[in-house]
Amino acid sequence: MSSQTETNLPTIPDHLKPRWYRLVASWESMLLVVAVVIFIINSFASPYFLDPWNLSDATFNFTEKALIAFAMALLIISGEIDLSVASIIALVSTAIGFAAQLGAGVPMLVVIGITVGLLCGAFNGLLVTGLGLPSIVVTIGTMSLFRGISYMVLGDQAYTDYPAELSYFGQGYVWWVISFELLLFLVTAIIFGVLLHKTSFGRAVTIIGNNATGALFSGIRVGRVKFILFLLTGLMSAIAAICLTSRLGSTRPSIAFGWELEIITIVVLGGVNILGGSGSIAGVFIASFVLGMVTFGFGLLNVPGIVMSIFVGLLLISVIALPRLWTKYSGNK
Amino acid sequence: MKLLKKVLVTAAVTALMTTTAQAETKRIALVVKALGIGFFEAAAKGGEEAAGEIGDVELIYTGPTDTTAEGQIEVINSLIAQKVDAIAVSANDQDALVPALKKAMQRGIKVISWDSGVAADGRMLHLNPSSNALIGNMIVKLAADHLPDGGDVAVLSASATATNQNIWIEEMNKVTDQYNGINVVATVYGDDLADKSYREAEGLMKSHADLKAIIAPTSVGIVAAAQAVSDAGKAGEINVTGLGLPSEMAGHIESGASKSFAIWNPIDLGYSAVMLANSLIDGIEAAPGAEIPMGRMGTLTLDDNSEGAMADPFVYDASNIDDFKDIF
Repeated sequence: MSSQTETNLPTIPDHLKPRWYRLVASWESMLLVVAVVIFIINSFASPYFLDPWNLSDATFNFTEKALIAFAMALLIISGEIDLSVASIIALVSTAIGFAAQLGAGVPMLVVIGITVGLLCGAFNGLLVTGLGLPSIVVTIGTMSLFRGISYMVLGDQAYTDYPAELSYFGQGYVWWVISFELLLFLVTAIIFGVLLHKTSFGRAVTIIGNNATGALFSGIRVGRVKFILFLLTGLMSAIAAICLTSRLGSTRPSIAFGWELEIITIVVLGGVNILGGSGSIAGVFIASFVLGMVTFGFGLLNVPGIVMSIFVGLLLISVIALPRLWTKYSGNK
Repeated sequence: MKLLKKVLVTAAVTALMTTTAQAETKRIALVVKALGIGFFEAAAKGGEEAAGEIGDVELIYTGPTDTTAEGQIEVINSLIAQKVDAIAVSANDQDALVPALKKAMQRGIKVISWDSGVAADGRMLHLNPSSNALIGNMIVKLAADHLPDGGDVAVLSASATATNQNIWIEEMNKVTDQYNGINVVATVYGDDLADKSYREAEGLMKSHADLKAIIAPTSVGIVAAAQAVSDAGKAGEINVTGLGLPSEMAGHIESGASKSFAIWNPIDLGYSAVMLANSLIDGIEAAPGAEIPMGRMGTLTLDDNSEGAMADPFVYDASNIDDFKDIF
């Protein structure tokens, strides 16, 4: 390496900043501050915000998307992406709708839904790892394919005959205002947090995202890890599909249309590097609350949805730009 | 910090304002399929008119950014949280909204659907802009109005399997003999495709030399037929009428290819929806057979399914087309 390029390289510090400093200056702390500020503004702006039931209702705006966002975060950290998640929801919902018309019970519906979700994930995973195709292209294709099948099956019709017990997943409450979906969201967050941050699998995911070739030469089975991540994303999409179908009580092929971008928004806002290599589940967890509280707070003030999308866009750009500006102008290397 | 303070102060002030504003006024939410659609903006105008007429009503005009059921459910959830008095919704999905609207009704909110309906257990009543019988009658009446001595008319429909059009034509045939000398000579199908409809209209003119009017109960067909008549130089000779959109038909009204046509009036529709919601808040029961007042539009009579038809389709002609062509 020549001495000229050496001067452009960042210097490697001989000691880390103190633990408390790293904690305070982290992305997650900043997001937490944003979340708290939004919470405070909302409680001042609308007299209806600080009501346990209203807050509980508000969580439905993001729990299903966040379930998928956790799996998507891992996938993006590994350097891949899945744009077909919303279409997997449509296909899973159509499959369980079809089975429900034939009289299948709730356990059977769950099994069918999860099987279809896993199959979709496996299909994506095979094309990406088996044939070495770029995941963005593969999943743009399967995005049309999966939803296309739903449209072929349903056309302009809808499945509405679901067993009454299915409504528990999307409308039931475990205890007081804690809905089943909220509990599922919390449990999933813990599972994915442990998976990414405390297991060798999670470590492999991060390493692959930083340097896939290096990971391969270090003995990590890159293809297998990525395949598992696509399976996981399919699985979480299926679980979200079951919750959403249960909440809507019906299936139309347009179900969850456009959700892939909202899910990726949660992941990126959560501090996951869109190019792969870094990110945390805590960030994604807080980001889903931030987005959920923003949409709910604006909804309470009857702010038109267009203004809401503009705000979310600005929020996304500013939280991404701020740390860059911070390092650029604070003299910090 | 200064900025934060500012934000908090503004937030507090708005909070104060909203709390004082809601003292004892009834709040009615008009929920549309998506914001930014001319038809629904016009309906909101009608809703405002109704709110002004009633007096103590605050109208909340809202809807998602795109026409999804999920977006509409988020809107409905926030309206439930605000404890509005009534929700009047034009639904993106007749089934998916049912659980959310049921929850609204459980919490004491009056729920009606209008324009695009919700399944019966998700609302108290549904307001149809018109009824099949009224539409069937209107389309032949439009032709007959300009043919005092009768004459040959033909129907240009959408596809042969289009449910709506077939019902309307069937209803039309039931009442045609009430109009003096009107003789329906043919029914052709343009499949709601502009070019096919155009050719079918040309064919009608060739095969029926005495044709006086073409009735097209489809917004695609009526425009294509009017264009065909203009191009054949028969504007004023053959009257194209039926169901169409003012924005698309304005030119043909001007050229004389169409003397008049009909479609529901979104202003009246929004007005009636808000009036009905207000009637329900005032304690009127929405049961089959009930007659519910809706201001200047009269009363809505509910059928067995708690649905009712607002009025005859509204007639657009040279006298009013300019007021509506920019709306929808």
